[in-house]
Amino acid sequence: MTQEHLKGITRRALLSRSMATWALAVSGAGFIAAPDAAWALEVAVITPEQMATLMQMARDIYPHDKVADQYYAIAVKGYDSADSKDMVAAGIDELNAAAVAQGHASYLAIGWEKDRVKVLQAIETGVFFQTVRAGLVTGLYNQKEIWPIFGYEGESFSQGGYINRGFDDINWL
Amino acid sequence: MVAKFDLNDDSVVVIIGTGAGGGVLANELAQKGVKVVALEAGGRYLPEDYLNDEWASFGQLAWTDTRTTSGDWRVAKDFSGLPTWIVKAVGGTTTHWAGASIRFQDHEWKALTNYGKVDGANLLDWPIDGAEMAPWYDKAEEKLGVTRTGNRPGLPGSNNYKVFEKGAKSLGYTQVHTGRMAIQSSDDTGNRVACQQTGFCFQGCKWGAKWSAAYTDIPEGEATGNLEVRERSHVAKILHDETGKVTAVEYFDKDGKLQTQKARIICVAGNTIESPRLLLNSASEMFPNGLANSSDQVGRNYMRHVTGSVYGVFDKPVRMWRGTTMAGIVQDEAHHAPERGFVGGYELETLSLGLPFMAAFLDPGAWGREFTSGLDSYENMAGLWIVGEDLPQADNRVTLSKDAKDQFGLPAPNVNYSDHPNDIAMRNHAYARGVAMYEAVGATRAFPTPPYPSTHNLGTNRMSEDPKLGVVNKWGQTHDIANLFISDGSQFTTGAAENPTLTIVALAIRQADHIASEMAAGTI
Ligand SMILES: Cc1cc2nc3c(=O)[nH]c(=O)nc-3n(C[C@H](O)[C@H](O)[C@H](O)COP(=O)(O)OP(=O)(O)OC[C@H]3O[C@@H](n4cnc5c(N)ncnc54)[C@H](O)[C@@H]3O)c2cc1C
Ligand code: SF4
Repeated sequence: MTQEHLKGITRRALLSRSMATWALAVSGAGFIAAPDAAWALEVAVITPEQMATLMQMARDIYPHDKVADQYYAIAVKGYDSADSKDMVAAGIDELNAAAVAQGHASYLAIGWEKDRVKVLQAIETGVFFQTVRAGLVTGLYNQKEIWPIFGYEGESFSQGGYINRGFDDINWL
Repeated sequence: MVAKFDLNDDSVVVIIGTGAGGGVLANELAQKGVKVVALEAGGRYLPEDYLNDEWASFGQLAWTDTRTTSGDWRVAKDFSGLPTWIVKAVGGTTTHWAGASIRFQDHEWKALTNYGKVDGANLLDWPIDGAEMAPWYDKAEEKLGVTRTGNRPGLPGSNNYKVFEKGAKSLGYTQVHTGRMAIQSSDDTGNRVACQQTGFCFQGCKWGAKWSAAYTDIPEGEATGNLEVRERSHVAKILHDETGKVTAVEYFDKDGKLQTQKARIICVAGNTIESPRLLLNSASEMFPNGLANSSDQVGRNYMRHVTGSVYGVFDKPVRMWRGTTMAGIVQDEAHHAPERGFVGGYELETLSLGLPFMAAFLDPGAWGREFTSGLDSYENMAGLWIVGEDLPQADNRVTLSKDAKDQFGLPAPNVNYSDHPNDIAMRNHAYARGVAMYEAVGATRAFPTPPYPSTHNLGTNRMSEDPKLGVVNKWGQTHDIANLFISDGSQFTTGAAENPTLTIVALAIRQADHIASEMAAGTI
């Protein structure tokens, strides 16, 4: 998955119907967009609410406060497909049922991370949770665009390795 | 000129697999004028093809055919279809290996004698010893260009090494250095390029600074005109005649067509999982339990070293990924000192993973802030790896799966492994020492991480004096079949504390010498 899946969007109008998610806005038109309209994601098969739920799940599973939503969106974008549609619908039903059982309206409606984590813990041994979590290990961390956020420099051969670029530059020991 | 041999040429030596064992054996025999056909399941990749990208490289080179797992080791839960991290390519796992090249300690050749009987373990002495192996180790170090042997200087220390060294010395360790590495450390002590500190040793060295059979022994052997390497050729079965001598191998060629190559001698070097699997899959009316298996030891005594990692997190950057992956070692815990609560010893070696593999291996299955806060400090992390002697156990074994099949319809291997209490005691000791090392240099957090899929795979066709206790004799020749040899890490009687490849290479050089002289004498 690449950034090609993301489309810039300037139509503020889409954002006016923002749902309960804190960081995301779900429009009625098959879009999900950042509150500051910096990016948006179009969903084709699953609903914008389902995509927003997957993104929130992704962030709650691997929360990195320095990593912006768009990367979590890229990490779960693959579930917007005919193959995954039923799995996603059933899984999110299971997730929301767990939320209801803990006294919430739905998973996305929960305001605090620690409460959402409790709901996820209730389903963590299930296939849906395990599929999403396992997929994130590569879906999230193998995005080259996020590596600089962690300081990781990636490929080095084309730059001649680190022999003259700090392989032994530690200065605080 | 690259040789080309006929399928019906029954004068050739057929070698199955071209990794540390098979690749070296192929070249050594070819140098002596012996005609060799090497069949390799994987394709040919050279430095220009290697990728500085962990998952992409894994996809390019790793052996990902169907495998299953069982036993109480955590790998069976975390990576149930991927018990090992092994390469399928010309050159085998020497494309991915890090290059750490150390000799066994003398006492480790005689584990049963020196450790005594250990409950639950199937310990045995090797039929060879340190004195016997010393000249072969000399040749292996010369071939691999091992640093700190001969006139070769050590590699310079990276950031990760400097943290490791300071921690080790703070604890009073004295045998601490940048390792004996099969990596060229200067421009004029060998004919490879000197290490450029690229940091992707596990992905294939794009400079060719690290030794790999793929671009050293294989082309050298081919240049003699005595070696033909057939890549993308997966051996399915070894055939024999009515006297029990092996005569040919059946393999699927690059187009998936079944071919039969005749042979005078067959050497199996498919790594510790595939070699016993092939012997078991070659069962016949005459050998219903598989070839060379009268002892019932084929597939048993699977060893993978006591492993695990420790990471220290600091308040300032380390950038451990810059530079050689494993050029750093502490050897002070490698000796046998049962007062520590276990027999055998372990090495501590520097290790770094890129962010993608760190995420996969830090604590497989874990999630939430405890996990991610570790990764958030990736830039400030230093890492080390534990390599210790695990004990052979009869039920830690490779068997044929009843249901699972590979892409050719052949029964897939199941890898069963459970830790021995000695393994657990050693791992916990090593974890504590690793954490103490990093805390001694001011780590704000230090944590152990569990073993990942096995990179060191040993023991499933073990060497024994007594034919009832093992599969091969001291030359790697099977006790049961005179013209069938085992030439890879599966020969190991015990694993010792050291990374295995230097020993695999030394055994292969020695075996080539033996096979060539026996052929000349007409005894096989
Ligand atoms: C990431 C990593 C780092 C490592 N670092 C070190 C280190 O620093 N030091 C060290 O000593 N060791 C290290 N190792 C281990 C080392 O690579 C192995 O011990 C060594 O390569 C094993 O040699 P082998 O001959 O037994 O098998 P391999 O080198 O694995 O070769 C086996 C070959 O046989 C082929 N094959 C298998 N079955 C068939 C078949 N049926 N037909 C045809 N071909 C077949 C395979 O494709 C493969 O090419 C490392 C391993 C890994 C994965
Ligand atoms: S660090 Fe050195 S040995 Fe390792 S891949 Fe880079 S150049 Fe090769």
